[in-house]
Amino acid sequence: MSRQKKGWKEIPLGGACWMSSTEYKTGDWRSYKPVWNAEKCIRCMLCHIYCPEGAIKHDTETNKMEYNFDFCKGCGICANECPAQAIDMIQEGKE
Amino acid sequence: MAKVEQKTIPLNGDNAVALAAKQCDVDVVAAYPITPQTIIVEKFSEYVADGEVETAFVCVESEHTAMTCCITASATGARTFTATASAGLALMHEMLGVASGCRTPIVMSVVNRAMSAPINIHCDHSDAMCERDIGWIQIYAENSQEAYDSIIQAFRIAEDLEVTLPTMVGLDGFVLSHTLENVAVLPDEAVKQFVGIRQIPMVTNHEGKLVPFKLDPANPLTIGPLDLQDYYFEHKRQQEESMRKALDVIKQVHDEYAEQSGRSYGNGLVEAYKLEDAEIAAVCMGSTAGTVKTVVDELRANGIKAGLLRIRAFRPLPVEDIVSNLSGKKAVAVMDRACSFGGNGGPLFHEIRHAVYDLPDKPKLVNRIYGLGGRDIPPTMIDCIYKELQKIAETGEIERTVQFVGLRE
Repeated sequence: MSRQKKGWKEIPLGGACWMSSTEYKTGDWRSYKPVWNAEKCIRCMLCHIYCPEGAIKHDTETNKMEYNFDFCKGCGICANECPAQAIDMIQEGKE
Repeated sequence: MAKVEQKTIPLNGDNAVALAAKQCDVDVVAAYPITPQTIIVEKFSEYVADGEVETAFVCVESEHTAMTCCITASATGARTFTATASAGLALMHEMLGVASGCRTPIVMSVVNRAMSAPINIHCDHSDAMCERDIGWIQIYAENSQEAYDSIIQAFRIAEDLEVTLPTMVGLDGFVLSHTLENVAVLPDEAVKQFVGIRQIPMVTNHEGKLVPFKLDPANPLTIGPLDLQDYYFEHKRQQEESMRKALDVIKQVHDEYAEQSGRSYGNGLVEAYKLEDAEIAAVCMGSTAGTVKTVVDELRANGIKAGLLRIRAFRPLPVEDIVSNLSGKKAVAVMDRACSFGGNGGPLFHEIRHAVYDLPDKPKLVNRIYGLGGRDIPPTMIDCIYKELQKIAETGEIERTVQFVGLRE
């Protein structure tokens, strides 16, 4: 939440959302970070499918899996589902 | 607006409420039966079956679902009504907070009944008092006529753009719900015109566009999602503001209705009965006020300056009206038909005593808890309370602040 927070007189009633959920950066919830291993990865795309935030993409030009850390919550579902054990969950700041 | 010609018909409180809801052109009713409310939804389902209304009637498996269904229906912009009592209201508890938080202007009649256990189907106010802080407007009727009138007013209050809050109308179980009374009924057309079509407030959506505050595929909107430390508090402050604004709206709607019906209940928030020059007074809610008025008349005939302040709107609490009406009185008895176990008196007592605290000439205040589980409150018992007040007024001394009346030792 980068922008200035609004007061109670400014926000719409009933908790109606006045901005897109994409503006709500869930990345700062993360305490464990997925680290991708290019050698082990078989490019099956299961991580892309399972990611609840849609934060994992495959770059077709470089053939790399890319993580959007603005939204990755560090839930670890990608690492859990990866059949090649190509994703390690590493505590933030301990890479 | 001129007074409208009305028909007087015999109705019990429940049937009066059902008729009022029918005349208010309700879009959705979702309900589950519970004594002593059952007649309301039963009667309403008859209206539906007989094609007298165009309402979608949803039979659900519990009160929790009834309220959930009402919230979602109301969130689409539908005018929504339901009814419950006692355990049913308690089962709704979680969703009552969702209804007020999502600002869905549902109207619900609560036929006040004791809370279990031991199980009891008769009147007291313990069910609605448990929902004091859940964000609903609470209006209490003295008789079936007022229950009818209040339901019609409730739609206008709840749906007012300055308010947009759910509203419950309380009527005493059995004493009103199952007792036949002559009720003056407005013509269908007059009620339809009075309540009008539901107004929808406008809000800014996620695209920065001004859209109606409702669930509508043409204008997608998310209502009441996860709201953490950053905004939840602001949303609660908004609810409090709307409650404050409801004070004026309740009065305005009451006055406008009085012009058409010829019936008024004080200023809509409180009703002062022979209070102006009174030295001693009782404060109460609901049907007991009728009995208290009879006692006040008798006392007045004997030269005793007694009066009554009936609280009609319990939420929002009309603090200014309470203060101005009780200022200068010598002794006041607050009559609670509910017990706040372990608290310092009943819930109404807390409110009244707190309201007059800053008065330099505040009256001596006592709390009399009565009528739990439908225990009768005869005029003689009320008379005893006034006699006690006379003594307190003379001596300035209170023997016991909180006391139960009509209870065997």
